[in-house]
Amino acid sequence: MSSLTAPLGALGRASLGGLGFVGRVTLFALAALSHVLRPPFYAREFGQALVNIGWLSLPVVGLTAIFTGGALALQIYAGGARFNAEAVVPQIVAVGMVRELGPVLVGLMIAARVTSSIAAEIATMKVTEQIDALVTLSTDPLKYLVAPRVLAALLVVPVLVAVGDLIGIFGGYALATGSLGFNAAAYLNNTINFLEATDIISSLVKGCAFGGLAALMGCYFGMHSGRGAQGVGRATKYAVEAAAVLILAANFLLTGVFFSL
Amino acid sequence: MIRLRSVCKSFDDNHVLRGVDLDIPQGTSMVIIGGSGTGKSVLLKCILGLVTPDAGQITLDDEDVTRTERDAFLARFGMLFQGAALFDSLPVWQNVAFRLLQGRDRMPAEAARDRAIEKLRRVGLKSEVADLFPAELSGGMQKRVGLARAIAAEPEIIFFDEPTTGLDPIMAGVINDLIREIVTEMGVTAMTITHDMTSVRAIADNVAMLHDGVIKWTGPASELDRSGDAHVRQFITGSAEGPIEAVR
Ligand SMILES: Nc1ncnc2c1ncn2[C@@H]1O[C@H](COP(=O)(O)OP(=O)(O)OP(=O)(O)O)[C@@H](O)[C@H]1O
Ligand SMILES: [Mg+2]
Repeated sequence: MSSLTAPLGALGRASLGGLGFVGRVTLFALAALSHVLRPPFYAREFGQALVNIGWLSLPVVGLTAIFTGGALALQIYAGGARFNAEAVVPQIVAVGMVRELGPVLVGLMIAARVTSSIAAEIATMKVTEQIDALVTLSTDPLKYLVAPRVLAALLVVPVLVAVGDLIGIFGGYALATGSLGFNAAAYLNNTINFLEATDIISSLVKGCAFGGLAALMGCYFGMHSGRGAQGVGRATKYAVEAAAVLILAANFLLTGVFFSL
Repeated sequence: MIRLRSVCKSFDDNHVLRGVDLDIPQGTSMVIIGGSGTGKSVLLKCILGLVTPDAGQITLDDEDVTRTERDAFLARFGMLFQGAALFDSLPVWQNVAFRLLQGRDRMPAEAARDRAIEKLRRVGLKSEVADLFPAELSGGMQKRVGLARAIAAEPEIIFFDEPTTGLDPIMAGVINDLIREIVTEMGVTAMTITHDMTSVRAIADNVAMLHDGVIKWTGPASELDRSGDAHVRQFITGSAEGPIEAVR
């Protein structure tokens, strides 16, 4: 009998564990967001977070976007040629970048670059008792460490996504005009006329959501790190995994929402 | 007056504290001794609320510490962590002045920096270290910066977790004198963990010995040598023979 119920038990424990995780993360997120709204504000921490998450991510965002835009143009050209629709390259590159690839790739790059560094930094602070020290110095770690990073990510990742969209479109443009024989002015016209406001809004909303998720996961797993170097390593790994999976899941949900509008 | 009654704390099946009873009168210096890993650091963290006890009661001036207003409660404390726990993203002076730079009645940066440099001097550090980062300091220097941070806001109650480990004997003497001075001149209540018997004699009004999760012996420092307790005697003499096992 027990051999029959054992898998069920394991399944039950796993789902309870999953639910518990969702609950804890939600509570953590709510607490962090409530600190964003209440003083005191740590302007310096916020400024540093803006620079780290935003400014210093520009190179990796730019490189990711330009290669993706170029490859996308080639693929659409090759695919379109099969039914004589090569001319749609500018339109599809624009929609593909702005609605889907821009936000998702920037989100994943932020998960790789920012989530990992936040998680490792906060986890190290936790295992070296710096978090305890903050508390004894009457400073709430949620307010001092988490809130500035989450707020910075919410504000600056949409900007990164916009930059990624633009550079991606430019990548497609450069490839199409440079080696596929497209007319430059016509390409730009087609791109601009085709994009709608909702495309751009959905891109920015996704950026905001993905940035928030990336920063929250880094902070959550960092704050709940186990002990020692192994604890820090594990916290970083789980944070990046969780951020990447949640970003893709949120992308699916948000895309659904924007389709139904 | 800090009062602990039957404080218990376990980590899974590691029963670290099994009913600690201890009184620390205001304005006195209590030194906790005990073998490595007996839960001395955990005990301090329980009082500060960094670790939640499983059972028992801790009161400060007859008020349950779990029911006090956290900010006001913590504002009365300074703590030197065993590993110094300096913020490695901030230069030394901002570490020392951290509390002075926060909150509603924060100091202007210039004044806070001056205060930090003064406290650094008191722990035997030159003003040049003020602009270094913690990672650029030696272990003993980090410890002293931690000490300067603990005393910077001039709190009423200060916990020192092994203030002299990693220091040379001369510097250890300076720190012992400093702690004694803070207690006698400023009326601070101090609770110090140390393994160094010279420190114990220099700092303590009262001594408590933690062993097996309970306070095995407590009394005035002057009675340490005639405590009549086998655990204390073994600890003072550092002998491998006695009730405290060498392998723990
Ligand atoms: N966060 C924690 N999680 C699990 N176990 C812990 C934790 N903190 C402390 N312990 C355990 O509690 C016990 C007491 O630890 P503590 O740091 O208080 O020892 P100590 O008396 O300060 O020793 P030392 O003199 O070496 O500093 C140890 O066995 C340690 O493994
Ligand atoms: Mg200790």
